[in-house]
Amino acid sequence: MDGPTPSAPISPMPRHSPQWGDRIFAVLVGLGGVAVLVIVFAVMGVLFYQSADSFHAFGWQFLVNTRWDVRHNVYGVVPFVSSTLLTSAIALLIGFPIAIGSAIFLTTQAPRWMRGPIGSVIELLAAIPSVVYGFWGLYVLGPYMRTTVEPALYRYLGWTGAFSGTPTGTDVLTAGVILAIMVIPTIAAISRETLIAVPISQKEAALSLGATNWETTRVAIVPYARSGIFGATILGLGRALGETMAVTMTIGNHDAVPTSFFSQGQTIASLIANELTNSNGPLQYSAIIEAGLILLFISLGVNIAARLMLWKVLRVERGSTE
Amino acid sequence: MTVLAGLCALVALIPLASVVFQAATLGGPVLSISFLTQNPPLPCTPQPGIPCATGGVGSAIQGTLILVGLATAISVPVGLGAAIYAVEFRSRFLGLAISFTADVLTGVPSIIAGVFIYAYFVIYDPSIVFSTITGALALSVIMIPIVTRTCEEALRTVPHAVREAALALGISRWRTTLQIVVTTALPAIVTGILLSVMRASGEAAPLLFTAFGSRLGFQGFNNPINALPLLIYNFAESPYHNWIDLAWGAALILIILILITSVISRLVVQRMVHRMQGG
Repeated sequence: MDGPTPSAPISPMPRHSPQWGDRIFAVLVGLGGVAVLVIVFAVMGVLFYQSADSFHAFGWQFLVNTRWDVRHNVYGVVPFVSSTLLTSAIALLIGFPIAIGSAIFLTTQAPRWMRGPIGSVIELLAAIPSVVYGFWGLYVLGPYMRTTVEPALYRYLGWTGAFSGTPTGTDVLTAGVILAIMVIPTIAAISRETLIAVPISQKEAALSLGATNWETTRVAIVPYARSGIFGATILGLGRALGETMAVTMTIGNHDAVPTSFFSQGQTIASLIANELTNSNGPLQYSAIIEAGLILLFISLGVNIAARLMLWKVLRVERGSTE
Repeated sequence: MTVLAGLCALVALIPLASVVFQAATLGGPVLSISFLTQNPPLPCTPQPGIPCATGGVGSAIQGTLILVGLATAISVPVGLGAAIYAVEFRSRFLGLAISFTADVLTGVPSIIAGVFIYAYFVIYDPSIVFSTITGALALSVIMIPIVTRTCEEALRTVPHAVREAALALGISRWRTTLQIVVTTALPAIVTGILLSVMRASGEAAPLLFTAFGSRLGFQGFNNPINALPLLIYNFAESPYHNWIDLAWGAALILIILILITSVISRLVVQRMVHRMQGG
């Protein structure tokens, strides 16, 4: 780090000499910054390069082919994209209301002494490794789904066709529930941050009009934080789409489009985890990499959207206090 | 409605309680000194009269320490550098681009990091595709954006007046940054690094096709190496009871480490906020 800078900084010295140290320093830290940018392009470049075989063989057909046919060496990504979207949809459907409810509870409803500790514990949920959730899903949640939840769903909702088949406990529904558990802390923590960022005047105005505590929350606070909550949800979606270990261990790993909530499936991430190193030949390998590239694009798109939304909300608030 | 919202918070906490309970009841009994030091045993189906070897997860703990240590050594200089650039040179467009990219990168699935390193080394040097080196690199890809973001947040907590005071004394920019701004933010920076270390220690997906896993301890940088999350994944789905017990023990260790880290980081952040406000 030592540039050719004189070591007596307080004494007067020629104006240009300290700038040398500054320049070297700027270059060094700039290298770190550039590395962050380079990673993104390097990842894209390598995945593009390795998926070329698959792209030449199948072209855009890859995106609409519903079969992953190892025997005929013809591959389509639809089974994995559909399982990925289905499990993520289940995750948001279950996770969103619980996360928002918790965030509202922690910012406006809970007794003050309770807010910090419960908030920390919910954030702790996000720190538990994916593989531990998967393990738990395999031994606790899966059996519970098989013996209790899924038979009940089958009995009462079997007629819809969405809950047909044999409840096994290792299926897209169980994977979706695990994902719900994993996205709740993400959505709750960031929603909470945006709810806290709502100006106090917003709340006071509603209260002065005679609104109750709950009415204030409903008409004055939540609508104000809407775009932040939306951003948080998209961020949660991003997490669900790419989650690997927990899903791989609970979804059943079957390379076909799921036809019901009790179907075994395979998300893009679990496909990569299961088949990348034991593919039958270069074409399948290349197809798996192309699936990975699609996952990368989906998650980049989702994350960029979420960050843009959140940056607007949270940056403006922070800026206004400076 | 308050009750309903409270119920949501309660429901959100049930899985955590269940995970911790399960890991503690099944993993607790296998914890011992030899569990921490011995290598995993061969798989074993219990037969009458012949007890199974218990063994431990020593090689996984050793592997996680080596992998995460190397990844930290790579990602802290890079991430801290990027953060300093983004915060201290904040007027520039590139600084903003770095913050945003790091933010977006933290959301990219961790398995992509593994695929990236694997696919690169398949072309570049296939002999070390499954090795300590590639495992550490894959973890770095995950850690760098997290370190960048947390260090950025840490540097931003340092008031502008501190920088201005230093510059007004004629101290050069780089010394102001390193000796005054970074030092002031040091507790938060260390906390941020600690959190990213914790995150990397629990990641299995990027290691599946890089570190790969091994029953043995460290065999050199060019050879596969074990890690706690890899061991959990490989043993959890096995039919052998002695392996599954070890996996619960390993899960409990990870959970305990996470609890400790998050308590430490919370305390440090609280103290920092207190000090900044106290002036």
